[in-house]
Amino acid sequence: MIPSAFEYHRPADVASAVKLLAELGDDARVLAGGHSLIPMMKLRMAELEHLVDLQAVAELKAISVEDGTVSLGAMVTQHDLIDSEELFRAAPILRETALQIADPQVRYMGTIGGNVANGDPGNDMPGLMQCLGATYVLEGPEGRREVAARDFYEAAYMTDRADDEILVQVRFAATTGGYAYEKQKRKIGDYATAAAAVLIEAEGGTVTRASIAMTNVSDTPVWSEAAADALTGTTCDDAALQAAVDAMLADIDPQEDNRGPIEFKRHLAGVILQRAIARAFQRA
Amino acid sequence: MSKMHIKMTVNGQKKELLSEPRQLLIHVLREELGLTGPHIGCETSHCGACTVEMNGKSVKSCTVFAAQADGAEVTTIEGLGNPDGLHVLQEMFKEHHGLQCGFCTPGMITRAHRLLQENPNPTEEEVRFGMAGNLCRCTGYQNIVKAILAAAAEMNSAKEAAQ
Ligand SMILES: Cc1cc2nc3c(=O)[nH]c(=O)nc-3n(C[C@H](O)[C@H](O)[C@H](O)COP(=O)(O)OP(=O)(O)OC[C@H]3O[C@@H](n4cnc5c(N)ncnc54)[C@H](O)[C@@H]3O)c2cc1C
Ligand code: FES
Ligand code: FES
Repeated sequence: MIPSAFEYHRPADVASAVKLLAELGDDARVLAGGHSLIPMMKLRMAELEHLVDLQAVAELKAISVEDGTVSLGAMVTQHDLIDSEELFRAAPILRETALQIADPQVRYMGTIGGNVANGDPGNDMPGLMQCLGATYVLEGPEGRREVAARDFYEAAYMTDRADDEILVQVRFAATTGGYAYEKQKRKIGDYATAAAAVLIEAEGGTVTRASIAMTNVSDTPVWSEAAADALTGTTCDDAALQAAVDAMLADIDPQEDNRGPIEFKRHLAGVILQRAIARAFQRA
Repeated sequence: MSKMHIKMTVNGQKKELLSEPRQLLIHVLREELGLTGPHIGCETSHCGACTVEMNGKSVKSCTVFAAQADGAEVTTIEGLGNPDGLHVLQEMFKEHHGLQCGFCTPGMITRAHRLLQENPNPTEEEVRFGMAGNLCRCTGYQNIVKAILAAAAEMNSAKEAAQ
């Protein structure tokens, strides 16, 4: 399990990292926690000539909550997300999701930037970020630009990020109301067979706002506006739950793989979404 | 491809070596530095037998490049105790039958060591959750969990006695 040879770079700031990517071109790739990239390199499914390691870029490790906006540097790890009380107060769904990713060792290394930039439909953070309506900040040779998480994913491993851009920050509004990240996996440390991220705000027992996104039931995460609309204005009764599940099922497109056939995945996606809605509503 | 000059502090000792950047940390530890405590179980980031501590984090050293570890502080099972002076965790694994074949044990103990530093008083559930990255084919985990809880109690009463 030895990857092909590469040259290693460890820039100290974003500007130098962007410059390196521009100079080295197609043969270079960013290395964050390495816990998606290194396994691929060991299998020689990825062969790269240059790795640009972001571990020394201090500005990418910042966490801030200011005026109701949460900002996470790309190199903030899943462990950091779980550890931060400030983040737990601002958006508790982050910790609930991060705790369901992989195992402790992977979470010490894996970063939010790597998880959302990777483009693997099995990653949990992209669905969560779509649910939160997050914005990704990318920096390239021409400067910075922002992309909505809901517009970022094109297909498996295909995103709106250009090869010479670095994802520097993830930003979203702090949450209020109920939340849940519900994930079905075959065993601890596994990717989702299906997962649902749900945010619900309610007043006097009636849903006033909802947001719903699904993980690993299409080749991209799926933000289902129709499923959220089906809940809004209801008391989350059985009819509303069923309507939300039906709307979600119309938006997903799971494929058969070693986690099961399509029928099973559609059934499971419905069960998981109902559980997530029930928990989020109860917390709202 | 050119080799890289790598400096690490391993078990408190400064080490310098030449390595290809693609070399995995587990191979550097075992083959270059002769530290064969950390084992290679799966080599696919799943089993945790290769767990070591790097800059205060438990990591699977089969999923870290040597180049990433340049400048790092690394602790392996060899840094925790030795046959003449076992670490409390090692004592408790022995006492509570936390091992059978012993293959997973260095990774288990190195991980448990970090877990207890972050959470000196874990519940059984917290131990199980915190050890989820380490697989054992022999024990059924029951005695591993017992050993870690016993070590936590031991370490806490030693701390109290010292105060
Ligand atoms: C055993 C195991 C189980 C796992 N289970 C899960 C799971 O259940 N859920 C889950 O979500 N993940 C899981 N993962 C993946 C893990 O969370 C990864 O750490 C994560 O997907 C990628 O983050 P990273 O920092 O390790 O990125 P890397 O592996 O370093 O990078 C991944 C990709 O993103 C690119 N990239 C990284 N950072 C940036 C950036 N800032 N800008 C631009 N491009 C960037 C890299 O070039 C690479 O192509 C698992 C991993 C393992 C080994
Ligand atoms: S050998 Fe590293 S996780 Fe199994
Ligand atoms: S004691 Fe044999 S694998 Fe754990």
